[in-house]
Amino acid sequence: MHELNYEAPTSLDQAISVLAAAGENGRMLAGGTDLIIQMRAGVRQPGQVIDAKKIPELQALSFDAQNGLQLGAARACCDIIADATVQQHYPGLVEAAGLIGSDQILARASVGGNVCNGSPAADTTPALIALGAVCHIAGPNGTREVAAEDFVTAPGQTVLAPNELLVAFQIPAPQGQASDCYQRFIPRNEMDIAVVGVGSCVALDGDTCTAARIGLGAVAARPLLAKEAGDSLVGKTLDDAAIEAAAQLAQQAASPISDMRGTAEFRTHLVGVLTRRTLKEAAARARAR
Amino acid sequence: MEAQHEHQFKVIGTRPIRHDGVDKVTGRARYGADITLPGLLHGKVLRSPRPHARIKSIETSEAQALPGVKAVVTGADFPEIEPGMLQIGENFVNPRHLAANIMARDKVLYDGHAVAAVAATSPHVAEEALKLIRVEYEPLPFVQNVLEAMRDNAVILHPDLRTAGVDAGDDTETNIANHIQFSRGDLAAGFAAAEMVIEREFDTSMVHQGYIEPHNAVAQYNQDDKATVWVSTQGPFAVRELCGTMLQINPGDIKVVPAEIGGGFGGKTTVYLEPVALLLSKLTGRPVKMVMSRSEVLRATGPTPGSHIRAKIGVNLEGKITAAELQLSFEAGAFPGSPVAAGCMTVLAPYDLENFQIDGYDVVLNKPKTCAYRAPGATNPALAAETILDEMAERLGLDPLEIRRINGAKEGTAQPAGPQFKRIGYLETVEAIHNSEHYQSPPPQSANGKLRGRGVATGFWFNAAFQSSATVSINTDGSANVVTGSPDIGGSRASCAMIAAEVLGLRSEDMHPVVADTESIGHTDTTGGSRVTFATGLAVYEAAQDAVGQLKQRAATVWKVKPEDVTYQDGVLSCLTNGHESLSLKEIAPKFPRAGGPVMGRASVRPRGVGPAFAAHVVDVEIDPETGKVDILRYTAAQDVGKAVHPSYVEGQIQGGVAQGVGWALNEEYFYAEDGTMRNTGFLDYRMPTCLDLPMIETILVEVANPGHPIGIRGVGEVPIIPPPAAIANAIYRATGVRMTELPMSPARVAKAILEKNGA
Repeated sequence: MHELNYEAPTSLDQAISVLAAAGENGRMLAGGTDLIIQMRAGVRQPGQVIDAKKIPELQALSFDAQNGLQLGAARACCDIIADATVQQHYPGLVEAAGLIGSDQILARASVGGNVCNGSPAADTTPALIALGAVCHIAGPNGTREVAAEDFVTAPGQTVLAPNELLVAFQIPAPQGQASDCYQRFIPRNEMDIAVVGVGSCVALDGDTCTAARIGLGAVAARPLLAKEAGDSLVGKTLDDAAIEAAAQLAQQAASPISDMRGTAEFRTHLVGVLTRRTLKEAAARARAR
Repeated sequence: MEAQHEHQFKVIGTRPIRHDGVDKVTGRARYGADITLPGLLHGKVLRSPRPHARIKSIETSEAQALPGVKAVVTGADFPEIEPGMLQIGENFVNPRHLAANIMARDKVLYDGHAVAAVAATSPHVAEEALKLIRVEYEPLPFVQNVLEAMRDNAVILHPDLRTAGVDAGDDTETNIANHIQFSRGDLAAGFAAAEMVIEREFDTSMVHQGYIEPHNAVAQYNQDDKATVWVSTQGPFAVRELCGTMLQINPGDIKVVPAEIGGGFGGKTTVYLEPVALLLSKLTGRPVKMVMSRSEVLRATGPTPGSHIRAKIGVNLEGKITAAELQLSFEAGAFPGSPVAAGCMTVLAPYDLENFQIDGYDVVLNKPKTCAYRAPGATNPALAAETILDEMAERLGLDPLEIRRINGAKEGTAQPAGPQFKRIGYLETVEAIHNSEHYQSPPPQSANGKLRGRGVATGFWFNAAFQSSATVSINTDGSANVVTGSPDIGGSRASCAMIAAEVLGLRSEDMHPVVADTESIGHTDTTGGSRVTFATGLAVYEAAQDAVGQLKQRAATVWKVKPEDVTYQDGVLSCLTNGHESLSLKEIAPKFPRAGGPVMGRASVRPRGVGPAFAAHVVDVEIDPETGKVDILRYTAAQDVGKAVHPSYVEGQIQGGVAQGVGWALNEEYFYAEDGTMRNTGFLDYRMPTCLDLPMIETILVEVANPGHPIGIRGVGEVPIIPPPAAIANAIYRATGVRMTELPMSPARVAKAILEKNGA
């Protein structure tokens, strides 16, 4: 039988000192929609659980045109998807955050928790990668910043040291005609996990694409930025040929496995399908801005 | 027996609130896991992580020494059981195999096979103790594909197994436990007379019933060698019999109390935890509770077989089937006993055939021992026959329902298994679907890159009889207790109460239906085979009539007339002589003490006049050709239900069966890794449909009364699961031009088939 301590610090400093004291034995708890399940299944057995929800910086949800969106790591998904500003500027993030679970789960789950869980199939990570989000990390030695595509390192693993925690995401404000889209494929209509997830973000100047980023989920050991696929669109008109070429580059960036959720062949096929669909939708949204 | 179906019913056919409804919606109903007792211990099972291995040793001393652990048992602690054959309702059980499934002896035969069990003061301590048990395995090669298991040089599960049935007498080691055959006429002549012959092979995956409530058992073994088991089961009398056999004690010394049941669908007709909990209780002197996790349910309780089916059907220009030849190979799991015989007997039963041969093979392999699942064995081969018929209709330019009409079975048609049908409603059911608003509406048109199509399929399932007992007692307030031994998995408390109310001329609300324990009612076979409302309902009908007879006697005593001079109608006793007095039940009940005593009608039945059921379904689907995802747009199911006692619950049975059939068709499958372990042991990756994956399923109740039942009742619960996979496959074809021959028709498979057809 395991001993379990629970603390709910109310400041970042407090959280960092509790985390430092716990060492390898500590684990941050946001909504708990992954951690509690993993503890019950014996996958993770932390001795010190540190509740992230009472730390002000981790509850941030603010936008300005200069700095973009400041999104606290523990902020519940239901707040994010209901926020009019987020809906206006980051529809793809709203799509991803809204897919994490049922309404009950969304009331607990957070984007930070979704990312820190380190699943290659997490819905919000590809959306954040597409948006060029930066992860703000705090630890005993101060703060550091890591790009969203570099945060997860392997299934269940992230760049966080045992004494560090994810504080917030900073997501750049869309510049001019820019927008994003996230779609995933699941065999059912709900209550499922992505076989493949793709987030796309494009910026347009008239008909010309000035920037594009494509994030891929569930097609490698960690969520990926399909950099060449996005870069291939810059300077081009987003017609079928350009989108098809980008989709093929995204497929080349993917290195999926075959498992019970899909074969490598099917996943690669879906990367093409979803890259095309999300690029078209993101472009349509960008034009409408 | 004179059928009453022409009569006007007052209660039967109405929709009163079910008697168990309030308890269920308020959370008061007591399911197996809700049972608690003073001094309760908690039991957990250690399960094999290997698909096939010899157990070299099991070291339990460390687990025994853990504080809080009260007992640890392995296969060696259970009595040695001789091979034999027990008939438990519709199942035949070799008790030696059952014993080895409950707790592995020398070998483990599948991932999840029980190897040891612990009783401790808390579930957590029991789980910790499991980690301290050391099992040394000698890994053995394993086989999980039915065709591979049938090969001459296959890995053998049971060295003593020999093929029974058609090939009996062959003394070679095999995994084919049984080869059965049904045939009639001249196959060669039939195929020679055919204008068109279609031959195809089909594969279907092992699937689970997916009942919400996991298996559970609470056992209390007393010092006087008498025991009580509380358990969610479809068959309390079967549990009593099987536990007695497993522990070598008198079944009558075990009382089985059926808890409320959260779904069974055939899967709760055998025992897993019950004998283990009994043994742990015997060793500790304390009650022991065991509840499975979902993972344990999926890995180690009986799903329904995966299968390989080869089908060859010939048809003439008029659309009449001239010959049919089928081979069904079913995965029995680790021990013999798949429902392949039922598959053989049902697959062509909707049709009037002159020439056929159907061969069935019952094959053991390294997967869990299968158990009954709603129309066991029938859904797998229906995929084959019903999609081939669809293809034939299309090629002949016939409406797919027309080819069913041309070949349809009717009264007097000989079933593939031999007996002639009595009055049945197959053609009426096909006609009902044909005339439905759904079928008459224009077929769905493809649009916006989505492909749409409509498909139909039909199905047949039996109605089991077996034995049932019932009592109907009149209370002092004129209400009645209706006691049966049939656990209620489909609204049968309500239907039995309504049958009693109809006979007694009372309201459904005046009845108090009870599902009694094994010491409080006469022997009653398992809830299954779509039999309860038919057979237990008949016992209730006769018990209520017996009560009416006694009521007439009591009234005759009160009025000092002969019982023949008393009539009973609408809950009122009237005297035909002696001044035409009358008494309501409420008025006469207080007079029982001076008029002959309490009224308790009783009956036990073993009915003969079973009423089989037919279904015809139509489905509209939409397919995303790029992802292969299939959505059900609209679904209508027509079924010959005999007489719908409570139409809402009959409709509910149909809707539930369709929902399970849709899951089987589209996403459900047992997924094994290369190491032979099951990978999708939870509802995230064992994908049953959610409410967002199903439209409202429309139902059409066709009432062709069963002539063998006084109310006209047929079995209704099972047949609706049979047509969905074939109907959906046919709809996918109409939408995409692709014939799917493998279940599940998951997105990856559908997308691949569409891409291949388009030459990609």
